[in-house]
Amino acid sequence: MIKTIYSKGKLVAKTGNEVMAEAMRQIEPDVVAAYPITPATEIVQIFSQFVADGKVKTEFVAVESEHSAMSATLAATVAGARAMTGTSSQGLCLMWEMLNIAAGLRLPVVMAEVNRAISAPINIHGDQSDTMGARDTGWIQIYSENSQEAYDNMIQAVRIAEGAKLPTLVTTDGFIISHCMEVVEVYPDEDVKKFVGEYKPDRYLLDIDKPFTLGSIELQDYYFEHRWQLAQAMRDSKKIIAKVADDFAKTFGRKYDFYEKYKLDDAEIAIVVIGSTAGTAKIVVDSLREKGVKAGLLKIRVFRPFPAELIAKDLAHLKAVAVLDRADSCSGTFAPLYSDIVSALYSAQVISPKVVNYVYGLGGREISVAHLANVYDTLSNIASGTEKPLAEVGYINVRL
Amino acid sequence: MANLKELSKNPEKMTGGHRLCAGCGAGVVMRQTLIAAAGKPVIIVGATGCVEVSTTIYPFTSWKVPFFHSAFENSAATASGIESAYKSLKRQGKLDKDINIIAFGGDGGTYDIGLQSLSGAMERGHKMLYICYNNEAYMNTGIQRSSATPQGADTTTAPAGKVGQGKKQNQKDLTDIMAAHHIPYVAQAYLGNWNDYITKVQKALAADGPAFINILTPCRLGWAYKPEETMNVARLAMETCFWPAFEVENGVYKINVFPKEKKPITEFLKPQGRFKHLFKPENAHLLEAIQKNIDDYWETLKRRDELGKKGLPA
Repeated sequence: MIKTIYSKGKLVAKTGNEVMAEAMRQIEPDVVAAYPITPATEIVQIFSQFVADGKVKTEFVAVESEHSAMSATLAATVAGARAMTGTSSQGLCLMWEMLNIAAGLRLPVVMAEVNRAISAPINIHGDQSDTMGARDTGWIQIYSENSQEAYDNMIQAVRIAEGAKLPTLVTTDGFIISHCMEVVEVYPDEDVKKFVGEYKPDRYLLDIDKPFTLGSIELQDYYFEHRWQLAQAMRDSKKIIAKVADDFAKTFGRKYDFYEKYKLDDAEIAIVVIGSTAGTAKIVVDSLREKGVKAGLLKIRVFRPFPAELIAKDLAHLKAVAVLDRADSCSGTFAPLYSDIVSALYSAQVISPKVVNYVYGLGGREISVAHLANVYDTLSNIASGTEKPLAEVGYINVRL
Repeated sequence: MANLKELSKNPEKMTGGHRLCAGCGAGVVMRQTLIAAAGKPVIIVGATGCVEVSTTIYPFTSWKVPFFHSAFENSAATASGIESAYKSLKRQGKLDKDINIIAFGGDGGTYDIGLQSLSGAMERGHKMLYICYNNEAYMNTGIQRSSATPQGADTTTAPAGKVGQGKKQNQKDLTDIMAAHHIPYVAQAYLGNWNDYITKVQKALAADGPAFINILTPCRLGWAYKPEETMNVARLAMETCFWPAFEVENGVYKINVFPKEKKPITEFLKPQGRFKHLFKPENAHLLEAIQKNIDDYWETLKRRDELGKKGLPA
């Protein structure tokens, strides 16, 4: 249960989409360009109403596609505006070209993203295949377990994006969070505005007396350096993300790290997971702890940049770890989060934990307490040596 | 009507030294556009294509005005974003200057892959001038057919061969498609008549809303003619009524330039290598078909022009 932490905070009942739109109202960007798509439609719908009611000064552009949504949003940023958008699933797929360009041009676009399965077959429900498919586009990716985190992440995203000069997206799990009403603590408008601050670009197109060319062609002689700078900016953004989280904690009282450790420090077995499933896993951890099982959880909040070094330290003491992916990679081998976790461990020469990979919940398929309890049971067996770890991806709750 | 003496005082906003081909029409379009637009500060948006890759080779630029390119199919959406930022910042008192926004796309980026983006931007009414520098094929990637390529033209993806005679289909009528968006100003122009084009750019920028110009821009490489013939080839397009110069102001059509005498289409086709195969005896029927299409469209346009003289929309 969410409680008021900030002295001027107010508890309200809101869905994930409502709270994303609320954060956008408080941030009050100069431009929002967006296109409807389930389950993210509500965000721009609610925001359009704010515009129609004169509650924000934002110029809203109801574009004709997500490709144009990202094109217009990043162009507004280049022009000198703080600009945001929102999308999901197929919309993010259609944006893919422009996601790379927003990052390559180092533009601090902020996006409210709702995780949804990708076609085919067409499916509107929650899994993380969409943003996992965009994991190498140069966007900072921040995931949320619940509406409170989505709200807090959106407020931080603006400063992170502008500080790192990298586009940043904040996600919620489709329907599970986007359409689920929860109690959320919201902060006063003026306090959010003060935290976010003014957008002050170094250079912008509308600064008409200082012309510059952006979007040049770069061949063998310059392209590589600029792509290196992009990769380096992603590495450097860790400091900025930590600093913004620190300021956020000082201002509003909620502390955010790259990931949350839940009863992890003295655990022997643990699950690593992203998003709303962490809430379910915490219940399982609690009940196992009551039975004396040393179970723990690591919930990823910041997936890009990937906090590899920290994770390696925090998982090093474990006997067995299950990495749960709500996306498959169709790579013929393991799923995305597992690959990153294992390379984090191996590159830090942490080789003692046995690490297994499960794919779960595609297309919104249910993931229950019982499913997760089974995973912890398996981990206990692996830890005690009574069961050999799977050498390939395991699938949870699917008819094979 | 533009005055050459006055225009010549406008500073050059596009430098020489760009990498466009000798005899390229597009560079002339860019220069004339900037000269025409000199009355107000301007931001230029470019689609991926010949102009963009030839004028912005990092770390150099030919542009003395703000220039932005992001992708191929989104010049109009990009200009939408800039215009929205402009409106927002102006409304908030963060900006006081009046600025024009001009988006360029080639025919590939406009007729084909960028049509949705363009249609969306025009429908939303962003105040911008979109100029299609139309060289009738994908020239930057090596002369592939587009929906702007005319019937019979030899391109690398609709080549003339032992059985094929170049592109089978006629061009899409994009200028009329844009007129159907009921935007305040739509025009068709051709290289080789600076006065007509510059006047159109200035009218378009003065329009209260979005404007579109489709300018026929010869490509000496893709059309296969001698580089010094660019202006002549463009003028023949008008004189044969292959590419009439007209404008649509608030739905009312006006033919701006009537040829002194309407020349046969072969006069336009003959100097261009891309139509060479049409002059084989067995292809006479193709030349006839092309001529008929042109005659039909010219008659349609003249009817619209007659209505326009009475102030009536077509």
